[in-house]
Amino acid sequence: MISVTGDVVQESDNALRMVAMQNDNVLSMRSINKSSPGVQALKDVDFNLRKGEIHALMGENGAGKSTLIKILTGVYPKDSGQIFINFDGTVREINVKSPYDAQNLGISTVYQEISLCPNLTVAENMFIGRGNYRLVNWRTIKKKTTDILNKLNIPARATQQLGTCSIAVQQMVAIARSVDMDCKVLILDEPTSSLDEQEVEKLFSLMRDLKSRGVSIIYITHFLDEVYEICDRITVLRNGELVGEYEIKDLPRVQLISKMMGKDLDDISSLQNRKSIDEQSDTTPVYEADGLSSLECPNAFDFRIHKGEVNGFTGLLGSGRSESVRAIFAADKITGGKIKVNGKTVKIKKPRDAMMHGIGYLPEDRKRDGIVEDLSVRENIILALQVMKGFFKPFSRAEAEEFADKYIKLLGIKTASMDTPIKSLSGGNQQKVILARWLLTNPQYLILDEPTRGIDVGTKIEIQKLVLKLAEEGVSVTFISSEIEEMLRTCSRLIVMRDRKIVGELRGEEMTQSNIMRTIAGEAV
Amino acid sequence: MGNGLKKIARSQLIIPLIALLLLVVFNLIRDVEFFSITIKTDNFGNSVLSGNLISILNGASAVAIMSIGMTLITSSCKGQDISVAALAAIAGSVFVSVLRSNEITVPVIILAFLLCSVVAVLFSLFNGVLVAVFKIQPMIATLILFSAGRSIAYWINGGATPTVSSPLLTSIGGFIPGIPIPTPIIIMVIFLILISLVLRFTNLGLYTQVVGINEGTAHLNGINPVWIKLIAFIISGICIATAGCITVCRIGLINHETLLLDAEMDVILAVAIGGTSLGGGKFNLAGSVLGAYVIQALTVTLYAMKVPSAAVKSYKAVVIILIVLISSPVVRDSAVKLYKKLFKKQKETEIPVKAS
Repeated sequence: MISVTGDVVQESDNALRMVAMQNDNVLSMRSINKSSPGVQALKDVDFNLRKGEIHALMGENGAGKSTLIKILTGVYPKDSGQIFINFDGTVREINVKSPYDAQNLGISTVYQEISLCPNLTVAENMFIGRGNYRLVNWRTIKKKTTDILNKLNIPARATQQLGTCSIAVQQMVAIARSVDMDCKVLILDEPTSSLDEQEVEKLFSLMRDLKSRGVSIIYITHFLDEVYEICDRITVLRNGELVGEYEIKDLPRVQLISKMMGKDLDDISSLQNRKSIDEQSDTTPVYEADGLSSLECPNAFDFRIHKGEVNGFTGLLGSGRSESVRAIFAADKITGGKIKVNGKTVKIKKPRDAMMHGIGYLPEDRKRDGIVEDLSVRENIILALQVMKGFFKPFSRAEAEEFADKYIKLLGIKTASMDTPIKSLSGGNQQKVILARWLLTNPQYLILDEPTRGIDVGTKIEIQKLVLKLAEEGVSVTFISSEIEEMLRTCSRLIVMRDRKIVGELRGEEMTQSNIMRTIAGEAV
Repeated sequence: MGNGLKKIARSQLIIPLIALLLLVVFNLIRDVEFFSITIKTDNFGNSVLSGNLISILNGASAVAIMSIGMTLITSSCKGQDISVAALAAIAGSVFVSVLRSNEITVPVIILAFLLCSVVAVLFSLFNGVLVAVFKIQPMIATLILFSAGRSIAYWINGGATPTVSSPLLTSIGGFIPGIPIPTPIIIMVIFLILISLVLRFTNLGLYTQVVGINEGTAHLNGINPVWIKLIAFIISGICIATAGCITVCRIGLINHETLLLDAEMDVILAVAIGGTSLGGGKFNLAGSVLGAYVIQALTVTLYAMKVPSAAVKSYKAVVIILIVLISSPVVRDSAVKLYKKLFKKQKETEIPVKAS
């Protein structure tokens, strides 16, 4: 019995190898599974990389891109599945245990944040951590470095301190380091997110150069334009599952977006039963901004919202939707713009100003900007109202407990007591605490940036219902979500963004999945 | 009762309380006389309380007062001010130089104290600006005054170590005629009451902890982290000036080289023993003050055991290693696990007994 099963495995193994190494593949990942506590991060994902191609790995937040890459580079162990490589004509299965392993096998990663040492020279950076040099011949290393830099046309000197180079050049040095270590597979994880256009162009010519030398590149980005400019093929992931592998010419933008978002263009059946809230364009808006810009949101934009309206900012990750709402709340340094609240010109230069004008903001990153993890649920709930009331007027314990008690009941927050530290609550309940914090301030305009991210389905629906209820009570709400159908269900107007610019505005009947995708892709609706 | 015990076990006060308890038990076994308090007549004819307990409370006053400021800085800035003792030397020097250029009367003393408070607050604010505005690590930022502070103090009194003597000063550093409790203890109590009032009637406590735990959240909820950090340094400045003046009054002279020498380490230790994480966040003022008394109790115990003064520090170090180890999360976690294990076993053994 045992031997039979063994044989079967052997056979399917061979079959797998055959499949794995068709089409000139240098790397093939088969049926990769990975679960982290509570979530299936990757489910039977296949990934194939050909020799000398630039392959885009696409997907929205939580799609499993970085998990897949981390398994490939040995940062995480996989639960099941196989990884084959074929760098020299023979197919072999590899078991990557650590990033160091991966590097030795010829798989290198250059991350968005450069992991080199800025206070060492370029040459030192090229050679540290490689092999056990007892005696270092700096002259040789300097010469070698100069050769590589020249070969790859990188505008840096070997003796220059790395920190004095631009970010783009630093990234190129990191790439050169990988190339010099004889890497066959190069992974670039969002390398362009902090580069300007010219720098991106330099990086691209380097990538094309490497491609012609036979290096295979896995490219992760959220800028669509770049994908179509430089990539050969695309693999799309969604919710930890493989959506498909496509030649770039077979996959127009609109389809790519729909694949990433998980909606077919003609999928109208899921259309909303959203209550249409009449837009009172004749009345004064609750909030009105002209030419608003901030450090993080440099492209000035106009925006207005009326009483009881729910609108949304949509666009892919990195499209600037969060930066825009942060500018409204003055969370980043404001660089320009005129703001009117209820028709009166006001100055909103810091979050406290926004709060005093009745604006609330639930941030995208709950952990980093939302909760005060070691403080109790009670203190977390009263925080914003307390700040508005003033430094010299603390709430009494009884008042605070009354507030906390009321909102714990109202939102159904599951906590052992109001004195429990917020960090011991589940994600959904933490989010409800932050919501309670803002509801307590009785805002006239509430900005919710990804309020439903990373929380269970039940709570998601509760939050959407709450948004609609608030709107009925006359609160204006800006609702942002990566899940399009949530926005279609709740919003009466959608502002569409791409590459940090507003590219369209959809309302009423125009608001359909396909229209949103077309607008994001830059096609006429 | 079980609940009450759990509450105490979870509270940050547990470590200093245990340490103090251990010291008390140790001294009880060693020599019950250690705790005796007697009434003596001092050189000025006052009848005053005397004994080891009094000298612990008295001797720890300066460190205890400075630990209040240090706690706020630690909580909000996620780091420590290592220049407090040097600043106390500056404050003391200013205090003495004002006193020496005037006839010593109550108003002059008050004026001198106010002036040295202003100076200490300004120097402390210098630290604060480096930390809060320029975002320099607190230890590096305060290293500047740590090294330069005593030189500045030297310069204030022209390099001399002048003495000041007046019955008024003696009553600040020692006893007020008719009151048997040392004045530093009274000042410490007044300080504690004041800071409790500040915490009760402002949001200083909440804001400080929010800034220390999560600056991003603080910013997005309308709290200005820079101001909160600066306020911590201002309060610390006042604490430092008070500690400096008490010490000057006690010894009757200013020696810029030795005044509260190495006290910054005791102050930081007091904060650590008190249960405030040196990485910032939640703080516990009562714990810090208690921590200061633990350190002083340890010192006095060692002296009572006739340990030579040069060796005291090494003995202290051993005890401190123990305290810090006990309060480390690793030890705490395993203690909790051990407790649970024992507790579970008890339950398991209980059930069959009942069944049979």
